[in-house]
Amino acid sequence: MILEMAADGLADRVALGSRDDGVTFAELGRRSRRAATVLAGMPCNHVVLVDENSPAVPIGLFGSAIASTPFVPVNYRLADDRLRAIVSQVTPALVIAGRGVPERLVGLEGIQLIERAHFLTMVEDEAVEESDGWGCDPETVAVLLFTSGTTGDPKAAVLRHRNLASYVVGSVEFGAAAEDECAIVSVPPYHIAAISSVLTTTYSGRRVVQLEAFDPARWVATVRAESATHAMVVPTMLGRILDVVESDGLGLPSLRSLSYGGGPMPAPVVERALRTLPDVDLVNAYGLTETSSTIALLGPEHHRAAFASDDPTVRARLGSVGQVLPGVELSIRDPAGAPVTAGERGEIWVRGEQVSGEYVGLTTTDGEGWFRTRDAGHLDEGGFLYVHGRLDDVIVRGGENLSPGEIEEVLLACDGVEAAAVVGIPDIEWGERIVAAVVLSPGASVTEEELRVHVQGTLRSARTPERIKFVGELPFNESGKLLRRVLRDELAGEFGAEPAGAG
Amino acid sequence: MAGLKPGARMRSVTCTTEVVVVRAAGEVDLRCGGEPMVDVAEAAAATGTPAPGFDGGTLIGKRYSDEGAGLEVLCTKAGQGALSIGEILLGVQGAKPLPASD
Repeated sequence: MILEMAADGLADRVALGSRDDGVTFAELGRRSRRAATVLAGMPCNHVVLVDENSPAVPIGLFGSAIASTPFVPVNYRLADDRLRAIVSQVTPALVIAGRGVPERLVGLEGIQLIERAHFLTMVEDEAVEESDGWGCDPETVAVLLFTSGTTGDPKAAVLRHRNLASYVVGSVEFGAAAEDECAIVSVPPYHIAAISSVLTTTYSGRRVVQLEAFDPARWVATVRAESATHAMVVPTMLGRILDVVESDGLGLPSLRSLSYGGGPMPAPVVERALRTLPDVDLVNAYGLTETSSTIALLGPEHHRAAFASDDPTVRARLGSVGQVLPGVELSIRDPAGAPVTAGERGEIWVRGEQVSGEYVGLTTTDGEGWFRTRDAGHLDEGGFLYVHGRLDDVIVRGGENLSPGEIEEVLLACDGVEAAAVVGIPDIEWGERIVAAVVLSPGASVTEEELRVHVQGTLRSARTPERIKFVGELPFNESGKLLRRVLRDELAGEFGAEPAGAG
Repeated sequence: MAGLKPGARMRSVTCTTEVVVVRAAGEVDLRCGGEPMVDVAEAAAATGTPAPGFDGGTLIGKRYSDEGAGLEVLCTKAGQGALSIGEILLGVQGAKPLPASD
């Protein structure tokens, strides 16, 4: 539906590529309908894509939709054994393969391979018949996205066409993008934001330029070369982009709107962005794979009002994820599932047509359609949502639940601290001990003791990290998620042998 | 009268208009150009012309609704006829003010 409407109503606008020689929405429609014909000729239960960004992502997504087959983008950088294990879960499959991928899948049963370049050539062939673009039933599974649970076993989140369509139609105005708008997409194809951006840019009529893979210098160069007006980044990308922009002083004059999401954004980085790119509208988007991406957002006016405000309640909103989207219901619940009193912390539950909460083999929504996000949060009196991190990351020390995010925030407020992560490591006496990894800003010379004293002064001893390790960088995955398990193992190895400190 | 379901595709018999039902509450006499809309799969061609008063036309991508009836449809293909429930024209919904987030 989304592509057919764009191909009809926005036919001559460029959908993909440069303004001069890019593919129009009408042509994207033709190539996607041909892709559906190609897919129908290679029967499979799933269309898998193991690749970096390319036109095969939107054409594969739309072509699969037209062919009523779930589209499954998989992380190109997974270790071979994990890649093979995931692909095996969705056979019989057609695999659209990027560079070097066929060799990594040798011997796997139930797969047919097509190389990306060949797939793209096939869909340009006018001799290939175009399937009916309206093929699909809203209940059909549109996308499977493998998410890594805390146990490490990836689950496949299921998104049906009605979930994605509800999000798009509910939050985007058809064709509302101005003709000179251009979005740069650098998130990998297996990230929910990559999928949702294909749909929202198509529905709004905004041209897309893709980066095959993220690199901050290439990102900045591409934004300038293509006059990109819109961009979405995960938090780990923003700091690196700002480094490049600050170092050459040439700014990003074409950029109008920069949205960020996929993980917590440290307040110092947001403030840096507001200072370095004052004319750019910032948007903080909170959402999950399971909710078809964004369910709450903090818009540009709220960013600016908070940044300029002396009122602590308003200023604090810079650390919020804003207000819930219309069409989504949100409730903060206690561990028993009862709504908390206003302003209290609890678990974020959501409900709505765009909320799926379904995994292959498992539905997690309750009888009334509520999905438990496993994120801790609270709502302020203005209805602004604050996300405190994953419930599973809660540190339990001496029977007390401590949120790492709260301690990380205090560390980040210290001069010289650029990034901080707090985890609990096993302790015989206390159950867990609090330790931290800190990245210092270039030239900063804060000591472990100075940081501990600072935290103790704000949060009291029970929440003060007993040890702090200074590191060059924190471990993040490509989606910008902090790999707390990796950090926990590392710090347990470093600090675990010591006796429990004073608490 | 048709019991409309979200996701249902309907088309006009008086013009080229096609819609997808976004929200519905049971039986609604959904018309375009003054004539009841039919399921898009029905074979009958659009032979009529929109009746006077119901010829204001539809625009692709606009959402039309009647809050009282609990009905909202999205126009997926434009046409010359106007949408109504019985004789009452549907209203066009205003643009969404949300910024792009992905």
